Amino acid sequence: MKTDIILAGVGGQGILSIASCIGVAAMNENLYVKQSELHGMSQRGGAVQSHFRLSDKPVYSDQIPLGEADIILSVEPMEALRYLPWLSAEGMVVTDSTPFINIPNYPEPETITAEIKKLKKHVLIDANSLASEIKSPKSANIVMLGAASKYLQVSFKSLENALEEIFKSKGAAVVDVNKQALNLGREYAEKYIRG
Amino acid sequence: MQKKLLLGVEAIAQGAIDGGLSGVYAYPGTPSTEITEYIESNPVAIERNLHRQWSANEKTAMEAALGMSYAGKRAMVCMKHVGMNVCADAFVNSAVTGINGGIVVVAADDPSMHSSQNEQDSRFYGDFAMITILEPSTQQQAYDMAYSAFEISEKTGLPVLIRITTRLAHSRSTVETKELKSENEVHFPADPRQFVLLPAIAKRRYANLLKMQEVLGDNSEKSTFNTFEDADSKTGIVACGIAYNYLKETFNGAIPYPTLHIGQYPLPIKQIEKLAEKCDEIIVVEEGYPFVEQRIKGISQKIKIKGKLDGTLPRQGELNPDITNEAFGVKSENQYATPELVSPRPPALCQGCSHADMYEVLNQVMQEMGSNRVFGDIGCYTLGALPPYVAINSTVDMGASITMAKGAADSGVKHAVAVIGDSTFVHSGMTGLLDAVIENTPITVIISDNSTTAMTGGQKSHGENRIEKICLGLGVDREHLHIITPMKNKHEEMFKVIKQEVEYQGVSVIISQRECIRTAARKAAKKRANLK
Ligand SMILES: Cc1ncc(C[n+]2csc(CCOP(=O)(O)OP(=O)(O)O)c2C)c(N)n1
Ligand code: SF4
Repeated sequence: MKTDIILAGVGGQGILSIASCIGVAAMNENLYVKQSELHGMSQRGGAVQSHFRLSDKPVYSDQIPLGEADIILSVEPMEALRYLPWLSAEGMVVTDSTPFINIPNYPEPETITAEIKKLKKHVLIDANSLASEIKSPKSANIVMLGAASKYLQVSFKSLENALEEIFKSKGAAVVDVNKQALNLGREYAEKYIRG
Repeated sequence: MQKKLLLGVEAIAQGAIDGGLSGVYAYPGTPSTEITEYIESNPVAIERNLHRQWSANEKTAMEAALGMSYAGKRAMVCMKHVGMNVCADAFVNSAVTGINGGIVVVAADDPSMHSSQNEQDSRFYGDFAMITILEPSTQQQAYDMAYSAFEISEKTGLPVLIRITTRLAHSRSTVETKELKSENEVHFPADPRQFVLLPAIAKRRYANLLKMQEVLGDNSEKSTFNTFEDADSKTGIVACGIAYNYLKETFNGAIPYPTLHIGQYPLPIKQIEKLAEKCDEIIVVEEGYPFVEQRIKGISQKIKIKGKLDGTLPRQGELNPDITNEAFGVKSENQYATPELVSPRPPALCQGCSHADMYEVLNQVMQEMGSNRVFGDIGCYTLGALPPYVAINSTVDMGASITMAKGAADSGVKHAVAVIGDSTFVHSGMTGLLDAVIENTPITVIISDNSTTAMTGGQKSHGENRIEKICLGLGVDREHLHIITPMKNKHEEMFKVIKQEVEYQGVSVIISQRECIRTAARKAAKKRANLK
């Protein structure tokens, strides 16, 4: 089995933390991983993306071929759409619904939502509000990870353990709030899918 | 032995540390920067107190590594591909002197120019210097190559070049580490004249380098980094570095053509000849320039060589599995297109960036002067070329703003202005300024000093707190050296100073000084973490 994931967002929105969390979980489950990301110019509010590939067999290419991604996991709705050519026919888009507007020609947010709703499989989630509910707006990215967690080929427990490993140095409170964010995202996505 | 999830560049760093490194010398540059950053914070590197501070530029880095090698220790030099141009003099000559302690040079190429001015292929430099080149295809191989490169270097008495490209540099995978080796002790070259390249000695050294070519070739023939997989077909493949991964992806693990996978150069010519004997055509799949393709074109009359030169593969840009799919007639299927409403999101200066205030005011001045001959340089401030500023007319190579302004002024252009960052200024702007000072050329140099190397992630800048003294030392007239603070409430004052100096017909320097807000935030966060 393999899972190809496109992680998308804007520089500074924390997609690389999502990536390292899945990475740690996958390594602990002895899966093969390749996770490619572009650094550099992307630090200043530009679009950023990462290709994440998990499999129980060796992974060859560091990049996902067009039309083969099982999931696009995005922390920004327009960014989710940017990478649609990579999505497979049966693929799913899981995205935060909150637009990040730092360009003058950002489209009407409703038109973006409408595009996403056209997709057979999608989860739209206001991760910012959910993260604010638990008083940790910075954890919106982890809420998104939780929302996609069911489709990532690693167990939920492994993701929780990965959060623990990654945030341990920042204290128990930070670990807890991120676990809460993960659970919140998971629950919300399940509700969304059920309708 | 440990298992770690590492970027390709981090794997090189870990491999070098485990392979007995004593010092890394580098100037930041995407996608090579994380090699040095990894070593900076690695516990073993800290405990061993390996040299791990940044150098002023790639040339000083290469030379310092050569000094460490002279003293018998193992040194690594890291840079992005264009850094090879800067250190080329030292690099090429280091193959003539040869080494004492092992030297590994890492060049990170950036096909597709994700964050670079060109796509130059560093394998040409390795070939030019006539040394061993290693080109990994996986993170594990990046580790293994860095680990063994010092030994290859010491056995052959020559530096080794590791060439990687952006995708592998910035892709993570699991890496198994090997046993940690000890560092070399200080010991000096057996031949005390080895490093003295006076013609008489240089001739001897060069003869040695030529003689070594056969050995390097033999090493490549035997190298475990060059592998052959047979298949029943009259079409053969030579795949270099990560190009091999894309082929494997295209054919789902089983390439139906006899395939030679190259990881070590000079090319194993005998193996290529063997492949040529059984084939009618060879397709070369390589990232970067058609280096191998050109090299093997004449290998046999009866065989056709295909690749980037005949359009089998695109000449420009990095490879990916969609490209190899197309080249080999395997279909990629995408169901969806990007909806038209999606707009590009190009990088832009951060809100509150000090460069932005400088450009705003500079634009006002230039407008009033009826001139816009502003020469730019490389760094975050290069984004001043884009709207809303559209303030600079050039960006070529580090330091070129000052010297291009000088050349323009020499041609009679009035009000030639250079804009350069602090790190770029100390990298290679200082010598150009000296040229202008000597002739008192009428140029105005604005050093947009944000006290950091922001473009590559905020590394320490050698210019920090030194720019003013350096300019005075180079002979800039005190009267025409100003420091301004680029802030909203100071625009009027800034305007006055910039206008006055742009009008002045001699060398003037304006240091526009305010820390990068991102670097400041990062420093503050680090401080908070340390307090905790
Ligand atoms: C020869 C060479 N080495 C390295 C780089 C990568 N690089 C481009 S600009 C830059 C430094 C920019 O620092 P600074 O001039 O202080 O400007 P800032 O980004 O801080 O605004 C670096 C490291 C390059 N383009 N060319
Ligand atoms: S990182 Fe610093 S220098 Fe670069 S755009 Fe942002 S504030 Fe300006």
